[in-house]
Amino acid sequence: MTIALIYIALFLLAFFAVRLIRRAMAPTRDFLSLKTVTFGDESAVRPDRWASVISVVAIFLIWGAFTGSVITPFHAPGPFVGDTEFTYTAETPDGRRDDATVFVRVHRVGEEVEDIQAALDDGFARNDTAKIAAWRSGLVRVNRNDEGGDAEGYRVIAVDGQGIAPGSPVRVADGRVAMTPKGTLNFTPAKGWQMEKIWLPAPEDVATRLVEIASEGYRNFTLLEHLGWSLFRVVLGFLIGAAVGIPLGYAMGLSDWFRGWFDPIVEFMRPVPPLALIPLVIIWFGIDETGKIVLLFLASLWIMTISARAGVSGVNISKIHAAYSLGASKWQILRHVIIPNSLPEIFTGARVAMGVCWGTVVAAELVAAEKGAGQMIVAASKFQLTDIVIMGIVLIGIIGYGIDILMRKAESWLVPWKGRS
Amino acid sequence: MSGLVIDNVSMRFDLPNGSSVQALKNVSLELAEGELMSVLGPSGCGKTTLLNIVAGFLAPTEGRVLLGGEAVDGPGPERGMVFQQGALFEWMSVRKNVSFGPRMKGQSERSSAAEVDHLLDVVGLGDFKDKAIYELSGGMQQRVALARCLANDPEVILMDEPLGALDALTREKMQGLVLRLWKETGKTIILITHSVEEALLLGERLLVMAPRPGRIHREYRLPFADMGVNADLREVKKADGYGEKREEILSMIWDMEEEIMGRAEKAA
Repeated sequence: MTIALIYIALFLLAFFAVRLIRRAMAPTRDFLSLKTVTFGDESAVRPDRWASVISVVAIFLIWGAFTGSVITPFHAPGPFVGDTEFTYTAETPDGRRDDATVFVRVHRVGEEVEDIQAALDDGFARNDTAKIAAWRSGLVRVNRNDEGGDAEGYRVIAVDGQGIAPGSPVRVADGRVAMTPKGTLNFTPAKGWQMEKIWLPAPEDVATRLVEIASEGYRNFTLLEHLGWSLFRVVLGFLIGAAVGIPLGYAMGLSDWFRGWFDPIVEFMRPVPPLALIPLVIIWFGIDETGKIVLLFLASLWIMTISARAGVSGVNISKIHAAYSLGASKWQILRHVIIPNSLPEIFTGARVAMGVCWGTVVAAELVAAEKGAGQMIVAASKFQLTDIVIMGIVLIGIIGYGIDILMRKAESWLVPWKGRS
Repeated sequence: MSGLVIDNVSMRFDLPNGSSVQALKNVSLELAEGELMSVLGPSGCGKTTLLNIVAGFLAPTEGRVLLGGEAVDGPGPERGMVFQQGALFEWMSVRKNVSFGPRMKGQSERSSAAEVDHLLDVVGLGDFKDKAIYELSGGMQQRVALARCLANDPEVILMDEPLGALDALTREKMQGLVLRLWKETGKTIILITHSVEEALLLGERLLVMAPRPGRIHREYRLPFADMGVNADLREVKKADGYGEKREEILSMIWDMEEEIMGRAEKAA
């Protein structure tokens, strides 16, 4: 919630700051900036690159600030670390009361610290000491050294003068004291606003882990092998899917019989998410490469079939008539008119199919695999290695984005006439 | 002897609801070699159907079409088509579009290159031979379509509103080009149009068709096409008889449209 508010504040702050700076600079006078109507004119809305840069910086700033990272100069308040104390009031079965103090040393996770030396005080309730790691909590058996503390009916009734009972915790100077149903005190030091490493590691931890895994590998395979295997499965599955789907789509676009025969199959299989096929594919083909490639083949097959079919149906009948009138044979029309005319549709389908395949391969590896990007993050998650999980997600995102950029480049190179006829 | 004979052609479509549409009824027509005929008529009079039958894209339910004594039973390179728009191949350059016909016959691009260059010069696209289709304006694209059709050296050229999508100025220039090509090549041309002026200017013979059922309503023989070859078409429009003919045909088509509307109102 707080993070969302901070994010919105950053958004607005950056917006007004950039606008002020722009105002101060000389105005540009290109065609778009001279348009007075831009609200509702989609062509006048172009992504503001300043906003994009600040957006990415903002994500890292928030990430860094809430993980105590070295990349940000300021941080959200971290967990309490150091010595603190609170007092408790104990009552004996016969109604006598006495106060004593609990000295707590809160240390960083994994750090060795010495015990606090505390003086014994007078009265039947004696002072206690405890060591608790930041972000954790610890039971303090205050009655353990008290005189008569193990007697039936001996109980703690207040902490720092506030009444305490199971289910009604008490705030103290640097944390919170709760009572278990059995009457034991449980001290939770203040956690602050920062995330613990096992929930969200700092950006530099993820980067360090990336370097480490890139050089040393993870679970018997190097990073490149993990990513390479995922990519290899996607490309192979997609290629087989395209090799079967495109001719099938052409046949469906050119022949009544093919269209009728395959329509029910394609229309039924198209809405089935590839992820729903994973269990069946594992039963039939096992968890090794064959299964994954069959799954990706199925994921891309219907998309490619439908886009090839749409490419054939989308041909302007005048083009076909013109080609016949120019003396072309059926085969020549397929080769010189129908196939090139369907390329834009096929490229659109290929982009969708590659995206779906990339998502599907990661999911399939999450379920079962011994190598691959998805396997890497699911294995890491089992050991709470959140830095590897985040690194994997970032890499998967970057590769997916890269695939899409490559497909778009190939498209503008191979079908320059797309959208221009 | 390569005259075009349309012999008693009728066309009836069955509709899914059991009724049928008589798109053409007993249309008979003869065109001598080198004749230029324009076809006019209100929408639904079957002029495009007639053109598609001559091109071989549709088989008539009755009658037949003969070209040079041979019956037409499908599309063929001896009957070239020029469409309104969208019939060019965007994935080919201008030159490849024009050489499409010869290449489909198995000629290499090089052997037809001289002819293609010549045709592109004739239609005024000498500087655009290697451009992509989508880089050309609408008028230029129709010039390519004309050149592509001529490169195949057809006996008859069928034009389905080839200038319908062009602006008035470009259209007038293109009308001059069509006339010039007609005279220079001596091709038989059938041109369908919605514009009475275009039909008058580009019709040695002018056919007015009537709807429901589609049939020949009236035929004219006009001097304006001959006058317009290599002349200013605006001068032709001032020639004797042009204005009267235009009014006569306009009111004829106007009456037909009125009648259709009246029938539609009665039915409703």
